[in-house]
Amino acid sequence: MSASLTDDRMAQATQLQLTWWRFCRHKLALISLGVIVTFYVIAIFADFLAITDPHATDARRSYMPPQAIQLFDADGFNPHVNGLKGVRDLKTFKMTFAPDQGRKLKVVMFAHGYEYNLFGLIPTDRHLFGIEGGQPVDGIFLLGTDQLGRDVYSRLIVATRISLFIGLAGVTLSLFLGVMLGGISGLYGGWVDTIIQRVIEVVRSIPTIPLWMGLAAALPNTWSVTQVYFAITIIISLVGWTELARVVRGRFLALREEDFVIAAELAGAGQTRIIVRHMLPSFLSHIIAAVSLALPAMIVSETSLSFLGLGLRPPAISWGILLQDAQNVQVLSGAPWLLVAAAPVILVILAFNFLGDGLRDAADPYG
Amino acid sequence: MLIYLARRLVLAAITCIAISILTFIIIRLPPGDFVDAYIANLASNGSVVSADQAQAMRREYGLDQPVIIQYGMWMSRVVVGDFGVSMMWRRPVTEVIGDRLWLTMAVSFSALFLTWTIALPIGIYSAVRQYSLGDYAATLLGFIGLAIPNFLLALILMYLGFRYLGLSVGGLFSPEFSQAPWSMAKAWDLAKHVPLPACVLALAGTAHQIRIMRANLLDELRRPYVVTARAKGISELHTVLKYPVRAALNPFASSIAYLFPYLVSGSIIVSLVLGLPTVGPLLLQALVAQDMFLAGTIVLLLGIMTVIGTLVSDLLLMWIEPRIRLQGRA
Repeated sequence: MSASLTDDRMAQATQLQLTWWRFCRHKLALISLGVIVTFYVIAIFADFLAITDPHATDARRSYMPPQAIQLFDADGFNPHVNGLKGVRDLKTFKMTFAPDQGRKLKVVMFAHGYEYNLFGLIPTDRHLFGIEGGQPVDGIFLLGTDQLGRDVYSRLIVATRISLFIGLAGVTLSLFLGVMLGGISGLYGGWVDTIIQRVIEVVRSIPTIPLWMGLAAALPNTWSVTQVYFAITIIISLVGWTELARVVRGRFLALREEDFVIAAELAGAGQTRIIVRHMLPSFLSHIIAAVSLALPAMIVSETSLSFLGLGLRPPAISWGILLQDAQNVQVLSGAPWLLVAAAPVILVILAFNFLGDGLRDAADPYG
Repeated sequence: MLIYLARRLVLAAITCIAISILTFIIIRLPPGDFVDAYIANLASNGSVVSADQAQAMRREYGLDQPVIIQYGMWMSRVVVGDFGVSMMWRRPVTEVIGDRLWLTMAVSFSALFLTWTIALPIGIYSAVRQYSLGDYAATLLGFIGLAIPNFLLALILMYLGFRYLGLSVGGLFSPEFSQAPWSMAKAWDLAKHVPLPACVLALAGTAHQIRIMRANLLDELRRPYVVTARAKGISELHTVLKYPVRAALNPFASSIAYLFPYLVSGSIIVSLVLGLPTVGPLLLQALVAQDMFLAGTIVLLLGIMTVIGTLVSDLLLMWIEPRIRLQGRA
């Protein structure tokens, strides 16, 4: 009885439902989907989640080590941070920080902080949490500060936005190129196919990083942050499209011979209708899988370029720019918390890869 | 066989030309030229260059000619091995690059060799002993290799080495050898320093190849012919190595062919982190200074070396796995 019920459900389900059911069997991919959604939510609400203005510098708190929020004190539950006082060591000229016992900074939810525009539209100064009536000097530095005394935690949160969305933008562009060229290649075959395949081979046999470095270094210094952002997106997608084109072409070639496509052709359907109505639904999930495998490569590209100082330029904040501060062992030995920007990069890449794997398995629900 | 070889050679030649054109375009993209950058640099030191001098410099370097003629001039000299003079160092480009190109290739080839020798046995092992401890270990290694970009791995290793072992990880030579002429002792010193960067570079590729080999071999192991071979009483080792491994090698081999450009790319950025005397740091400097002959030569030589390296690795694989030449490339 139950078996036939499942059969009925299977028989009536749409392709999307089948794919989703199969995807849900892949636990790691499901968790990864959660992780990625969380990251994008963080990116959207970045300013709300940040505590201190990520651009605010203060020489008095250069390289301040991470602080923890103390939940309890002698009076019971009372979340607070101990105020820190910087003292310069007169021998080494290094700043050392000691707790300033008299000062307890009360941590409250939905505190007022620096002003920003939520979703770029709504001006507000509310943050998820912060210090009650805090002085500009005081703050919670969950992950310490960098050389200029900027809050690493807030910078990390805000960097999520650029790093994740540059990946999306790059993938969109690659997808456009890949689907166009791969589709043409697979659909028409013949000499068009040969030329496009050779171009792909040539592009793939060029070492990409020197190429990116050259292109990125060619961007004029006078360009604004936004212009550089778009230019970098274009640069990283110029290389990324080949893999997508290969996937699309492969699917086109395989589907062209399928019975249902031939049937549609014999029934007199136009080419556009065949592609959109008959072929697209059966390789859409393959494309989604290829995209989710291409995204981490894009994110790494941006991170690498910014890390080299050829990608985005300050005041833009991305994971690569944060890692640029951590380039040097001398700096790292004094301020190891600067390496924290490596964590989200690794986590996102891992999550996208698992997601892509799960989607690729799910893409063929009848397999 | 000969047709396949000819096809590969023609393709390699086309790739080299494409690389040279791309290189030249890249180098010409920035507004202004080297002379502008040079003048700005001198001006920041308080010196002034007159317009006449600037014009003379442009003429000397051929910067006053149309782009196509500049490209032609550059290429006609490149073909006979004259890569021009580095404008930044005021020395021939070949002299500036020196050993760096060979060191880059040494590091990349070591990484390629490592990938081949590690990925294949581990891939076979984790497919044959699926869900064993070794398989899980290989999977874990795969995840790490997949998730950590190689420059981050270099950075983390460098920090850990410094923090817990007190070592300065990095470089390709001990200080006493870095300026010394080539000798057996220096070569041995290099051999001792190469494994770390090679491992850093090879990890991601190895992880990827293990996954491919494992997945393909798992597919093959379930085929009826494997059962037949077993039923006929052929030893397990023989059964696995003789039939399914050979069948699973094809996708493995065709994806390893694209590994070399990837490794060369990676070596550039890893060199910057680990302070290796390869072309990486030099390229970055040259690009920042808009030293077009130096940067162009580096990108061009890297590209050509990569094409040759890929070709060699293709031919090797073809020799190992004859079916590739019959089926062509996916």
